[in-house]
Amino acid sequence: MGEQAFFIAILSSAVIAGTPILYAALGELITEKAGVTNLGVEGMMLIGAVSGFMAAIVTGNSWIGLLAAMLAGGAMGLIHAILTVSLRANQVVSGLALALFGSGLSGYLGKAYIGIPVTEPFRSLPLPVLGDIPFLGPVLFRHDVLVYLSWGLVLTLWFFLKRTRAGLFLQAIGENPGAADSLGIHVFGVRYLYVIVGGMLCGVGGAYLSLASAPSWLENMTAGRGWIAVALVIFALWRPGRALVGAYLFGGIDALGFHLQAAGVHLSHFFLQMLPYIFTITVLTVVMAKRGGRLAAPGALGLPYDREER
Amino acid sequence: MAMTVKFEKRLNPSVAMNVAVPLLSVLAAFLLGAVFLTLTDRDPVEVYETMFKGALGSRYGLSETIVKAIPLMLCALGISAAFRMQLWNIGAEGQFYMGAFAASALPLKFPDLPAILMLPGMLVLGCLAGGLWGLVPAVLRARWKVNEIITTLMLNYVAILWVDYLVYGPWKDPKGFNFPLSAKFSATAALPTFGDSRIHVGLLLAVLLAILFWIVFEKSRWGYEIKVIGSSEQAARYAGMDIRANVYKVMLLSGAVCGLAGMAEVSGIVGRLQPNLSPGYGYTAIIVAWISKLNPAAILVVAILFGALQVGGFFVQTTGVPASVASMLQGAVLFFVVGGEFLTKYRIVLSRKEVV
Repeated sequence: MGEQAFFIAILSSAVIAGTPILYAALGELITEKAGVTNLGVEGMMLIGAVSGFMAAIVTGNSWIGLLAAMLAGGAMGLIHAILTVSLRANQVVSGLALALFGSGLSGYLGKAYIGIPVTEPFRSLPLPVLGDIPFLGPVLFRHDVLVYLSWGLVLTLWFFLKRTRAGLFLQAIGENPGAADSLGIHVFGVRYLYVIVGGMLCGVGGAYLSLASAPSWLENMTAGRGWIAVALVIFALWRPGRALVGAYLFGGIDALGFHLQAAGVHLSHFFLQMLPYIFTITVLTVVMAKRGGRLAAPGALGLPYDREER
Repeated sequence: MAMTVKFEKRLNPSVAMNVAVPLLSVLAAFLLGAVFLTLTDRDPVEVYETMFKGALGSRYGLSETIVKAIPLMLCALGISAAFRMQLWNIGAEGQFYMGAFAASALPLKFPDLPAILMLPGMLVLGCLAGGLWGLVPAVLRARWKVNEIITTLMLNYVAILWVDYLVYGPWKDPKGFNFPLSAKFSATAALPTFGDSRIHVGLLLAVLLAILFWIVFEKSRWGYEIKVIGSSEQAARYAGMDIRANVYKVMLLSGAVCGLAGMAEVSGIVGRLQPNLSPGYGYTAIIVAWISKLNPAAILVVAILFGALQVGGFFVQTTGVPASVASMLQGAVLFFVVGGEFLTKYRIVLSRKEVV
């Protein structure tokens, strides 16, 4: 394989490997913007992956699968919202409960579906003209439709947060719910909304694995990607554009291991598999050290809101 | 007449609710589990009966329940130390594996070591490796405020892959027919067991540690310091407490106890290093620790319950139901406990209002 072909292969798989993390990270990003931490991303992705897969097998239609994954992820979000917004539960522990429950439930539901192929997975859909650009074409424009949709989502989210009233309200709630409340913004309702929407996007991230990139179901197939997505939001400093770059960076590390092995590099594949996890720790440390521990995190992140304690 | 529901904050957390919530949560989790079982065409009564009888209905089942409870007790105790300081150590699983790895090094590399050195040596190595694995996130957190939830979790994957590497590679038993298993440990490397059961003295260690933890965290000056830091870092700083040093100490202790769990498992149960040593003890132990409200005595009891759940999941597999039904139930218990804590903190007040 020529050098350029090798790079194209790596970069193109970086996009594929980064896409599920990107969806999940965008979901986590808007949840956190509303002031709620969700550590259940891993569980939500798994539930999304398995329910999307099951629905796609039963109906033979991957779009219905995607819808099912969104609904299931949203339902997990609803649970998190009830626990953390209404019942003011500890957000860390509630998220852990989601992660553990999601792993167990998806394993239970998916047992009968291991080894079954999807009839109509999301296949790559080369864009006309753009797909023919040398180098960039195969890297960026010969993917499945969910990759293109994720770019649209990044743009929409950026515009929503920067330019719209609802986006400003969302951020106000995450920064200072008390002040937002006195402006007449319905803090509880908005938090419910964005925790649920965040869950839906995590569901899409999971379904991307089971319906597009794998495409099959395996127990715990997310392999920590949900947690990497949580880390990615910090790395992205809560900005959608940086989340995109970060997701492809993580995807690249993921893909690098695989491609180095295929190229015959003499390093045990167990070490190559460690790369994304070690990279996550390293990147997070570098970001924190560079910023002296001060982040642009939403001011009220992780704190339950109690009207009477305003 | 209209009824209004109001939540009033309790001045003191309700003691009755502290006991009732976990019990009701277990019940509610089983009900939720029944919904999913029914939806997937299983008879929940039959499944639960198989689980219950399997785990608690025979001498063998009971002893297996204790066997699975030991690593849960140790890991939950380890986790509780960190949680007291609001350090979210989610890395018990990795610390367990590192403990198992380091403890295995001794019997594998020095199989002829005198018995008097073997077990103590393994114990020290297991604790040390687990502790150091916990110290890494502690340093990152104390120096640069790197989120320890993410780092401890990432290190779990690294530790598991490391053990996989060893047993698939350099530590693979040359006489093992190419299975990913290390050589069998010598008899001197096995923790003694009670009678002819598989229950090993790890149980004793867990009970001793629980007592020690109770003394240290409830009665000692240091325990008080940890409590203060856990409730308000700022207050602790004003009082002149060294937060960084305490982060190190607590994570070292937390990791060491989880490492001990890994050592006890390879020494007392498995007798060699192998992949999939743990069915997720480190994660289940988080639930155990939280439900027990970090109380050492409660941890011992709840660990037995969750050990039973694990064994029940194993038994139910024989009837074709996936064993993951157990981890689903465990996660669900935590949901309800987390939600139920509202009831310990708030009082529900119903009042009648005249509608004008």
